[in-house]
Amino acid sequence: MGVISDNLDVWWEGLLGTLILFAGGGVVALVLGTVVGAMRVSPVPVARAVGTLYVNTVRNTPLTLVFFAFAFALPPLLGLKLTAPVPLVLAVCALGIYTATYVAETIRSGINTVPVGQAEAARAVGLTFGQVMTLVVMPQAFRSVIPPLMSVLIALLKNTTVAAGFSVLNLGSVRAYLSERGENQLVVILWVAVVFVALVLLLSWLQRSLEQRWRVAR
Amino acid sequence: MSGSVLSDVPGPRAVARNRVLGVVTILVVAGIVGFFVWRLAETGQFTAQKWSAFTYTNVWIQIGQATGRTLAAFVVAAIGALVLGFVLAIGRLSDHAWVRMPFTAVIEVLRAVPVLVFMFLLYYGLPAAGIRMEPYWAVVIALIAYNGSVLAEVFRAGVESLPSGQREAGYAIGLRKSGVMRLILLPQAVRAMMPVIIAQLVVTLKDTALGYIITYEELLFYARYIGSQAALGSPIVPATIVVALIYIGLCLLLSLVATVVERRLRRSSRGGPVAGANQPMQEVTDTELIVTQRARGRNGDRDLDGAASA
Repeated sequence: MGVISDNLDVWWEGLLGTLILFAGGGVVALVLGTVVGAMRVSPVPVARAVGTLYVNTVRNTPLTLVFFAFAFALPPLLGLKLTAPVPLVLAVCALGIYTATYVAETIRSGINTVPVGQAEAARAVGLTFGQVMTLVVMPQAFRSVIPPLMSVLIALLKNTTVAAGFSVLNLGSVRAYLSERGENQLVVILWVAVVFVALVLLLSWLQRSLEQRWRVAR
Repeated sequence: MSGSVLSDVPGPRAVARNRVLGVVTILVVAGIVGFFVWRLAETGQFTAQKWSAFTYTNVWIQIGQATGRTLAAFVVAAIGALVLGFVLAIGRLSDHAWVRMPFTAVIEVLRAVPVLVFMFLLYYGLPAAGIRMEPYWAVVIALIAYNGSVLAEVFRAGVESLPSGQREAGYAIGLRKSGVMRLILLPQAVRAMMPVIIAQLVVTLKDTALGYIITYEELLFYARYIGSQAALGSPIVPATIVVALIYIGLCLLLSLVATVVERRLRRSSRGGPVAGANQPMQEVTDTELIVTQRARGRNGDRDLDGAASA
């Protein structure tokens, strides 16, 4: 336990960095992913095409490459100076843009799991597109979207460690800081793994309880 | 496609509105693309000097070698992950609790630890215990461990989604447990889960890029190297573009294989989707869920087509 109690400052900053990346990346991913998911089911062909292109391209790009582009290619391109908050913002954007594709796919398939008859019945009683979506499709899709969306968030939490390779402080970079203080790296990394197992178990527990609460009765 | 599920056939007003929305979408996308092209031009990324690195044969040979190292890690990791996946899945499906429990625990832990942390453990952690290894092996072993545990859950979900009659019929004709598993359950489970398995292999290919962080000399590592050559004008932006195209091309190729396999499985009557195998599964990864749900979404689309033409 000495590894943790002697270096509480580094562990705290690392955990905080992971949580900031997780929260920031999650917000960006949810907002962007919802927009793209909506584009992919919209009646506008151009929007569908753009959404599909975005999802297929980014999902076939390694996250490390997205980080690489944001960390090395974007700053010279936009003339950014890599002072305090900029690398963190870039990392949050990289995580968000990558995860947004998974959110978009989850939302789209959630909408697709609602039986066609539901939307048809809603239209048959004269509801408009907006009413069909908000009153009939969305409430049902939301329930079936929650479990896979939590899986996406768990993956996002684990992906935050990639930021450690691009000098953004998080749990993944605790190792480098503590090795400078002469700690045993094996023990440090095992503790990092333990923290992640605990966080992931917490999220899966949340996932299961939400799933049970909102189980779709069909 | 799904647009027609949710909204009526558009009338004149809806058509006009959709056109406006289409134009707005085009303008927004053109704006973003235009901005980047303008920044690329403004910072001189289109000048011949920035791209001069890619006129040398040697550079391309080295890019080829770097791609080879990426693929070398991927192929070994993919085969290893499939083998480990089978072993873990069979262990987890055991009837004996004392076998099942440890395998379940191992799978859960391996799935919860980020791949990068596992790579750190192998590359930076183990030397403290006296074990040193090349970055290559750290990448391969970490990928095998993570993807093997995910594939184990995929195989298990495949076996459990089979109708129980399959297993019972196997026992009824006198097969042992191993025979039922090997001859009846696993072949069907693999077939039912083929799209998910290949999607997970795409993930494996993507994750080889993590090797860059622990100094495995794969494509990204080479891009960083060539991008920092001041003599060539530090072409980091062109190098990123080239490497991105290679990565996306490789992954698209593999995804294409997945689509072709999926389509062939659906077409052939013998190997059609196994009955009941498309049920939503408990405790699946995002990749699995997305793929299975996409498959179900496609079926929905097909039904819709049938309904529309009828």
